[in-house]
Amino acid sequence: MMALILMVGIFQSWNIALSIFNLCLISAVMTMGANIQWGYAGLINFGIMGYTALGGLAAVLISVDPVQEAWRAGGFDILMSLWLIVVMVLVIRFILKRFEKSKIRTYSIAAIIISGILLIRFSAEPGIEAIEAVDPAKTGFLGGFGLPIIFSWIVGALFAGGLAFIVGKVALGLRADYLAIATLLISEIVIAIIKHEDWLTRGVKNVIGLKRPAPYELDLQTTDWFIKLVEKFNAGKLSVIENLADRQAALNQLVIEGSSVFVKLCYSGLFLVVVIILLILTQKALYSPWGRMMRAIRDNEEAANAMGKNVVKQHLLIFILGSAIVGIAGAMLVTQDGLFTPGSYRPMRYTFLIWVMVIVGGSGNNFGAILGGFVVWFLWIEAAPISLFLINFFTAGIPETNALKAHLIESVPYFRFLLMGLGLLFIMRYRPKGILPEKIEIK
Amino acid sequence: MDFVNAIILLLNYIFIPALTYGSQLALGAIFVTLIYGILRFANFATGDMMSFGTMATILFTWYFQSLGVSLGVLPTALLAIPFGIIFMIMYMLLIDKFVFKYYRYQKSPPVQFAMVSIGVMFVTQAVVRIIIGPADRRFFDGEKFIIKAREFKEMTGLNEGLALKSTQVITIFVTIVLVSLLFWFLNRTKTGKSMKAYSDNEDLALLSGIDPKKIVLVTWIIAGILATIGGALYGLDKSFKPFTYFNNMLPIFAAAIVGGIGNPFGAFLGGYVIAFSEILLTYAYKKFFMYVLPASMEPDSLVQLLSTDYKFAVSFSILVIVLIYRPSGIFKGKVL
Repeated sequence: MMALILMVGIFQSWNIALSIFNLCLISAVMTMGANIQWGYAGLINFGIMGYTALGGLAAVLISVDPVQEAWRAGGFDILMSLWLIVVMVLVIRFILKRFEKSKIRTYSIAAIIISGILLIRFSAEPGIEAIEAVDPAKTGFLGGFGLPIIFSWIVGALFAGGLAFIVGKVALGLRADYLAIATLLISEIVIAIIKHEDWLTRGVKNVIGLKRPAPYELDLQTTDWFIKLVEKFNAGKLSVIENLADRQAALNQLVIEGSSVFVKLCYSGLFLVVVIILLILTQKALYSPWGRMMRAIRDNEEAANAMGKNVVKQHLLIFILGSAIVGIAGAMLVTQDGLFTPGSYRPMRYTFLIWVMVIVGGSGNNFGAILGGFVVWFLWIEAAPISLFLINFFTAGIPETNALKAHLIESVPYFRFLLMGLGLLFIMRYRPKGILPEKIEIK
Repeated sequence: MDFVNAIILLLNYIFIPALTYGSQLALGAIFVTLIYGILRFANFATGDMMSFGTMATILFTWYFQSLGVSLGVLPTALLAIPFGIIFMIMYMLLIDKFVFKYYRYQKSPPVQFAMVSIGVMFVTQAVVRIIIGPADRRFFDGEKFIIKAREFKEMTGLNEGLALKSTQVITIFVTIVLVSLLFWFLNRTKTGKSMKAYSDNEDLALLSGIDPKKIVLVTWIIAGILATIGGALYGLDKSFKPFTYFNNMLPIFAAAIVGGIGNPFGAFLGGYVIAFSEILLTYAYKKFFMYVLPASMEPDSLVQLLSTDYKFAVSFSILVIVLIYRPSGIFKGKVL
């Protein structure tokens, strides 16, 4: 796999190779999250997209500077609504504890929720409008806390874990395929909220120019030590050029290229640390008594229950853990891109593709998950060039003007779907346990 | 007079659009429910199968248009639908033979089926996009309106116009015919009854000499008809875009589950439940209240419960609530 990425580096460019590598790492983290849920516990979570987006939201809320004016304009109203929500939840909890289960209880809870939502909607309306009116071209939202963006990786995990707690409480009792549909739809609801609550996320106006944990290219290009470093690396290449002016120009070019490679390398380093930490933790968990219990629950729920294991609680726990890891990946993704675009979260890319990675890599095996993330992401990116090459190869005898050939070449981007689908089908059929199957050593 | 105006307003903006949208959802939901009841898996390729059928219909429509064949005031697509259905059924049988059959013989768990259907989803999506491209396409021709809003106003002298698009009438009419035929088939014919039996208890059905191969074949044929017609009607009424069809899978699932998955009649009603709640909750009632209430009580705001951005979220929330309180759906499911 590494060899393939190196090949891209040599033949296409190091920039592309590194951006593929970084996204492979992020995909690997997402896949590990999904793999914990599916491979360890047999829970289907088709809501990966929602947790990814929440992680991204965390990145925005942590790193953006607070918009003082917006807080003055509508902060009070928003805080009031938040307080109302807390009161509502507490009242419902109180009713649930205090009264026996009955129809009246159910109806009164429903009434409280509906009237609460209406109350919040009408009371928060002026505040929201005021916030969104604050310089809408640039801000128009409350902003965040202005902390370094790295913190958002932890906060993203907390956000995603929190959502998973709610979803898990609600939906985990469902049968496998119902759970899949329910989580898929809940993640769509999350995306709808992120897209349309402009006061919080700027919605489809996107948040751009987030802070970075890595240096900026422009700063690097004017830093002495970096220029010297590039010079040292390319000493051989530069010494061939005789003319001093030409040599300076070549060096400048190399510095510009080098700076973006360097920035990407910084990200790779950070992401690699996350992947390694997670890998160590998940491997430890897999072989711990807890991991053994999870497998027992997965393979025979009733037997595990009879042995005194609390199946419901463990399912909820693993659902939260897996989703939290996905949340980290979501925050990492936004950190790398430096922008948050709620419109780009689509189930194809963030849910189903991740599932292809899990199945192809091998469910239940952490190394399989990482491999799946790498292989599938690599193919997803490189599918277009590969299929273009294949089309040209097979239709070499046909003239360029042929309608069929032109049409095929035009639709090259969609061959990636075909490749993914066929790959998934073949793996499911001939290697149902994935490339690296789960292996359990009993010590 | 104002009261009549208010009624017409609701008819025009809520009732007729919801009925049309609900019919389109209902056909898809019956498709999902049939596959779930008989082949026993949640088919994640639903939306893309519908877009495949619609694509075949569009291709035939273009062919007929190039030949100069048309149905006059009716859209040419109606003529192309039968050919689209044949294509769709062939594609589905092909997929069943190469993909689903193996897992059926293995008696794989439903989860594995669902995963396989995701593979089919990817492949179908690719096929559709490679053949016809991802762009938005309209293939409607013929007379667009049956009643125009302006004509209606002149005719009745009311303030509010009632526009009736021919696609809306066609959708509702075709849905009623198709669904009644389907229920007649399921309840009155021998094959239909054996399908019900198979869905209810597979082993018992096999013991009483029901041929599973035939059941599966018939199921795919009915599924192909429903998918193509549902998809084509949606495309006629709005427009055809592969991505929209993929997204439509979600409210369709919601409709099928709300109605009680495995129960075609429930799925049929579920489609309308979803459509009406989506439109009722996101419609701005300001104008309605302006007609009904006296001038002094007229509302200032739009009187909109939720903004239209949350259209999809409404149906999903309904689904989640139903799943929690009544996982078997409003009309108990799991039996045809």
